[in-house]
Amino acid sequence: MATAIGIVQQVDWDVPEQTGLWSDAWVRFRRNPLAVAGLAVIVVMIVLAIGARLPTNPGGLWHVLHLTGDPVQQEVTNTYALPSLQHPLGTDVLGRDQLSRILYGASISLTIGIVVQFLILIIGGVIGMVAGYFGGWIDNLLMRFTDIMYAFPDLLLVLVFVAAFGPSFWSIFIALGLVYWVGLARLVRGQVLSIKEKEYVEAAIMTGTSPFKLIVKHLVPNSLGPVIVTLTFGIPAAIFTEAALSFLGIGIRPPEPSWGVMIEDGYAGIFADPRQVIFPGIAVALTMLSFTFVGDGLRDALDPRMRR
Amino acid sequence: MGQILLQVEDLHTQFFTSRGVVRAVDGVSLHIDAGETLGVVGESGCGKTITALSVLRLVPEPGRITSGKILFRGRDVTKMDDDEIRDFRGNDVAMIFQDPMTSLNPVTKIGFQIEEAMTAHKRFSAGLAKGRVVELLKRVRVPAAETRVKDYPHQFSGGMRQRAMIAMGLANEPALLIADEPTTALDVTVQAQIIQLMKQLNRELGTAMMLITHNMALVASLCQRVVVMYAGRVVEEGPVEQIFDSPQHPYTWSLLRSVPRVDEARKDRLVSIRGLPPDLVNSPAGCKFHPRCPFVVDRCKVEEPPLAEVAPDQVARCWVLMRNARQEDVDAAKTSALSVEAAQTLKAQAKVGGVAGS
Amino acid sequence: MAALQAAEKAPAIAVKPEAVLLRVENAFKYFPVSGLGGLAVRAVDGVDLEIRRGETLGLVGESGCGKSTLARLITALLPVTAGKITFDGQDITKLRGRRLRRIRQKMQMIFQDPYASLDPRMTVGDILQEPLDNFGIGSVGHRRRRVQELLRLVGLNPNFTNRYPHEFSGGQRQRIGIARALALNPSFIVCDEAVSALDVSIQAQIINLLQDLQKEFQLTYLFIAHDLAVVRHLSDRIAVMYLGKVVETADRNDIYERPQHPYTKALLSSIPVPDPKVERERAPITLKGEIPSPVNPPSGCRFHTRCPIARAPGVCSEQEPALEAHGAADQVAACHFAGQA
Repeated sequence: MATAIGIVQQVDWDVPEQTGLWSDAWVRFRRNPLAVAGLAVIVVMIVLAIGARLPTNPGGLWHVLHLTGDPVQQEVTNTYALPSLQHPLGTDVLGRDQLSRILYGASISLTIGIVVQFLILIIGGVIGMVAGYFGGWIDNLLMRFTDIMYAFPDLLLVLVFVAAFGPSFWSIFIALGLVYWVGLARLVRGQVLSIKEKEYVEAAIMTGTSPFKLIVKHLVPNSLGPVIVTLTFGIPAAIFTEAALSFLGIGIRPPEPSWGVMIEDGYAGIFADPRQVIFPGIAVALTMLSFTFVGDGLRDALDPRMRR
Repeated sequence: MGQILLQVEDLHTQFFTSRGVVRAVDGVSLHIDAGETLGVVGESGCGKTITALSVLRLVPEPGRITSGKILFRGRDVTKMDDDEIRDFRGNDVAMIFQDPMTSLNPVTKIGFQIEEAMTAHKRFSAGLAKGRVVELLKRVRVPAAETRVKDYPHQFSGGMRQRAMIAMGLANEPALLIADEPTTALDVTVQAQIIQLMKQLNRELGTAMMLITHNMALVASLCQRVVVMYAGRVVEEGPVEQIFDSPQHPYTWSLLRSVPRVDEARKDRLVSIRGLPPDLVNSPAGCKFHPRCPFVVDRCKVEEPPLAEVAPDQVARCWVLMRNARQEDVDAAKTSALSVEAAQTLKAQAKVGGVAGS
Repeated sequence: MAALQAAEKAPAIAVKPEAVLLRVENAFKYFPVSGLGGLAVRAVDGVDLEIRRGETLGLVGESGCGKSTLARLITALLPVTAGKITFDGQDITKLRGRRLRRIRQKMQMIFQDPYASLDPRMTVGDILQEPLDNFGIGSVGHRRRRVQELLRLVGLNPNFTNRYPHEFSGGQRQRIGIARALALNPSFIVCDEAVSALDVSIQAQIINLLQDLQKEFQLTYLFIAHDLAVVRHLSDRIAVMYLGKVVETADRNDIYERPQHPYTKALLSSIPVPDPKVERERAPITLKGEIPSPVNPPSGCRFHTRCPIARAPGVCSEQEPALEAHGAADQVAACHFAGQA
């Protein structure tokens, strides 16, 4: 046959315009107005929180610029003040500036919410990955342990840990991490189990990829999407738990103004001045809602099935 | 035979997407006679399934029929109101799909589902319908039909499910059965059983059938006439024997020569159609097939050929026609895109480089 | 176990030992069914097979016959339950870790699903370079050039190394999968339903490409598919599997013209031909019923429940037939009444 071989035909030469995986996800994320709004709120909140800690404690940049008052300084003659130029959200029972306390509280809540996720990622990610990758008795052992952890009520377990370590920022951080890794471990294990069955993993094994490279180059990147979404949803949960603990009086200790502490402080005088509870309450609600919207947006954006 | 059952005239079905208007069906005309089996063939995305869904007015969002007529026994389907269309779908036409599991309700017994298909369309009374279920399952050769009516879909094998789907399709004695890739998901020996069954049913009941498939062998086995579609258009139509013997459109020719035959004694090279199916939002100017056609001439690139008669009963949409094709172009269509240059370089590299040679 | 005895009786085919590249001897693969107390899916249940240098061996069978599992035993992606698989004279069932990886340099696989066989998070360049990186072949610059040559080889634009798989069409992705299989310059490639998921015109491109590559690089193929027409088109010899066993092996023409096993005969007669004149005459042998469960296969010959010529109860339901020479030279079939259908 004089055909075929010898004729270089550029059969499948062209490919549609280039789109990256992450840039695709960003395009889909931007189509969701709630998620974009949530992200905007979070960015603003982070900027405000950083400003509240810089350049010096307490009060930070915003106090220096005279935009807010001082979160710690008490003006005993000016308690329960109505909003004014000097105190945009008024003052509390001890005459401290409410706005600056909320912004300072934001730094504590956001730090706990976000940083705890890294701890959860390390504990849950490693346990899930090891269980899913090795399977067999290792999987059985780790998953039964996970089940036992899961069987305890979350808040009770956190209380036990905090009681054991003594109430402080770090003990809350560690307690939350030790309790909330369970869901992530299960998720990662499930992801790894399903990815292990994929043909591209078989193909990687066929081309001589070592187990370590298989995990780092194939299993981890491909399970990342759902993990990011879960961690995003985990942030408001952690913020809420911190607020609840502080409200119960075993979390952040006054005078550090975390949102939970503020609500507890204001709760005593709720009938005298409901603003004491409403403003920090709004801050908690707004933050949680924003992270939830962003999580929703990310879930849709990172889901390959959403691709056209 | 001879009496026209379904006539589709200049049908346009379009999908309004964020990318633009997808012209899925772009001026299709075809007809089916009573009792006839018509094959509609083409690759995925050629518009064959959307044509069938248009006939039933089941085009999914964001698509809709934008113009054209669909005449069933002289009545225009596109102008029917909701009651009429429901009656039409249940009693005049039935459709069976590739994957029977998606169209069977997993939590309802097979027998009840078939019964429901009858009572919902009021052709049979409830009492009569119950009795007919077993008879229908026997007709599609489901063994032990009396006991199997009480089974759930998951208790049926793939082949049995497809039989149940056909039974359901035939329940109201429709005049037309539309089958969309009815055997593609089945194993070879089961496929043969279903083909056999469809042949028998066509003979016994005289039901006309529109068979939508990419499988030319299935068309050869089941159909009397065939319509070949490409990029939302009919490119060739005619009696099966004539089309298979002397296809005139290069696309039809390529489709026939691109699949190996199990009865070939000598290995002949296959015809491969270069490139990809066209983008239905921005389809090429002139003949829609010209970018992939091995026989393209200048005229093809600017002017679209009409569907013209090329032999008695056979029409094709082509300026060149296969009877005028040059032999060197025929040979060139059998390429594989393998780059010999690259092969030489790679082999040379293997000799000097660290790659283990074979 | 009756199966074991039957398989031991199978005669060795008279082929020079050095001509055989891969030999499967009495291979078993059972998957335990959890919760069913000791029961197992007998996916591969005593298979003997040999693949000769430079040939294409076609392996056909319906879904659930064990052909994909056999492919994974041959490529050592799955460990065998019992049996021996020798590649180039080396028993690969005993190899682990680095030594197994070294064998894989010569043995590659092309997968069924072009959408699942390429890692969506890696660029095409990284996918093709991974095998070269794994074996530390050449300098980094050399690897990059080789990746571009591989793309060019299979008819793809070499400048698209930074693109992701989802940007390519199904046929293009399958070409990438083929390029990856060729990256290490193997001598043997297992094609597991490599064209089944593609549109007909694209399927032809890939089939032609596989043929041309075989000629260029003197490759040996094991071509697995359920489509007998495609298998016959590509293969020199064909093996037919039914319910975990090979029931017949023969030259591509002998098996079509003189099938010895009734299952082969039924399978071949079931396939429609794209020719209306042939179709009018064709009388398919329709088998009764469907494939039995591989958890509990029928006694004796496992085809006897569907076989048109079986004597059951009788020898067919009691005694398992061995693969023995029947019909043409180089043809073997496992049937008590071979050639009598």
